[in-house]
Amino acid sequence: MNQNAVENGERQRSSIGLKIENFSKSYDLVPVLNNISLEVNPGEIFVIMGPSGSGKSVLLKHVAGLETPTNGRIIIDGKDIAQPRTRRELSMALVFQAGALFNSMSVFDNLALYPREHRLYDRATLRQKVMRALETLSLQDAAKKHPSQLSGGMRKRVAIARALVMEPELILYDEPTSELDPTMAATIIEVIADLREEFGVTSLVVSHDRDLALTIADRVAILMHGDLLEVDTPANIKRSENPKVKDFLNPVIDIKNPRFKKKDYSS
Amino acid sequence: MKQINNILEHFGGVLILCVRSFAYLPSLPLQWRRLIEQCFLIGYTTFPIVAILSFFIGSVLALQAGYSLQAVAGQDFIGALVGLSLARELAPVMTAILLAGRVGSAISAELATMKVYQEVDALVTMNIPPERILVLPRLVAILLMMPVLTISANLIGWLGGAIIAQNIEFIQLDQRIYFQGIQNFVKFRDILDGLIKAEIFGFFVILVSCHVGLRTTGGPREIGASVTRAVVISLILILVLDYFVTSALMKF
Repeated sequence: MNQNAVENGERQRSSIGLKIENFSKSYDLVPVLNNISLEVNPGEIFVIMGPSGSGKSVLLKHVAGLETPTNGRIIIDGKDIAQPRTRRELSMALVFQAGALFNSMSVFDNLALYPREHRLYDRATLRQKVMRALETLSLQDAAKKHPSQLSGGMRKRVAIARALVMEPELILYDEPTSELDPTMAATIIEVIADLREEFGVTSLVVSHDRDLALTIADRVAILMHGDLLEVDTPANIKRSENPKVKDFLNPVIDIKNPRFKKKDYSS
Repeated sequence: MKQINNILEHFGGVLILCVRSFAYLPSLPLQWRRLIEQCFLIGYTTFPIVAILSFFIGSVLALQAGYSLQAVAGQDFIGALVGLSLARELAPVMTAILLAGRVGSAISAELATMKVYQEVDALVTMNIPPERILVLPRLVAILLMMPVLTISANLIGWLGGAIIAQNIEFIQLDQRIYFQGIQNFVKFRDILDGLIKAEIFGFFVILVSCHVGLRTTGGPREIGASVTRAVVISLILILVLDYFVTSALMKF
């Protein structure tokens, strides 16, 4: 934590790690995720990549404690997330894929809800913190608007700004760059990296954005059809010999022999 | 078997929701703004329809009573009949039924939408229990507003009966005799019983609507299904509870 942040009245933040142990999930006996084990170190940017429907978002929901696993445990900062008190002791934010903004409230109130409910700041500090989060994502003009008046990309940025205001130690991102134009996607990638630089925030990102995974991630996990194929640094993932991983990261567009006409086409 | 399981699950869910919400009662002074907003939504916006309905219920009661009683020249008892049936039965039940249609449906739709679009999940990840900010203010608001609505229903209904009793040709009962009848036969206890019933019905209508809304999973179609379910369960509950609460109150 740098001196500047302390002067600005930041709450003391420390990094926390997380551990997923032998995690499995089935819905109505249909397995979605099979025996996943992985560890995210404190202060790390960990990206889980995989095709749509591979169970990435399901995994994230379990880490956030919104659902209970069929088997296995999720340990955050040494505490089991299945215990109700764990969440109260942790400072964790989840950025939902569709934003999950409160539709009855203005953008400003969406961001201010968390600090207001937890009585963190006085009125002036609250306003300053909220406006700073909005400025970071160039949303200052949208403060008075309601979520229904925003575009998909703006809603996503508001969702990220809402997580920033919470000043969490662990941020979970569900597809943070989908639906965004390339410049805004790059901004979001920079924001994620900057949060780690400035505050040591641990980030768990679910995405299929190659740029995001291969530029800022410390480690990347490849998840396909409910199985964890590889966990490694971006450099090693790029050199992977696994044909499925290769095809996922660098799909060859072949018009003469399209993959949906191949016999073993399954995804 | 599955049906029975389902019903029991609903009962348990409603009970748990009730206990969890009231566990956050100490936080109520901090969310007085929300409480006032809910009182406004529940009380103020329901008042006009309660007023119209109870006026006409009072009127039709007086009309029917007048029609039956004129045969035995018993018009003097119209006041007692209208007064008692409104205070003990019709005001609380009709107010609760209107509440289910006007407020219960709106609450279940709002909470179901919030659930389906993950707003409730977002609250959970923010460490803000949905019961605290979504359910508790509504439950307290209904406990505050239901007596007001029921008393208004009583008064407006009595007035409606008086106007009809005086102005319809074959009844022509003087207002003084009508209100004298109410005064003689409607005891404080009758009004109190009605208020207790209204309080119980209103509380359960809101609780069930919150519960059904927060249980919704799926998409837009399920939101509609939840609203229907909330209203149907509320209506059944009102009429079933009506019998049991009434018979229980008679024993005291």
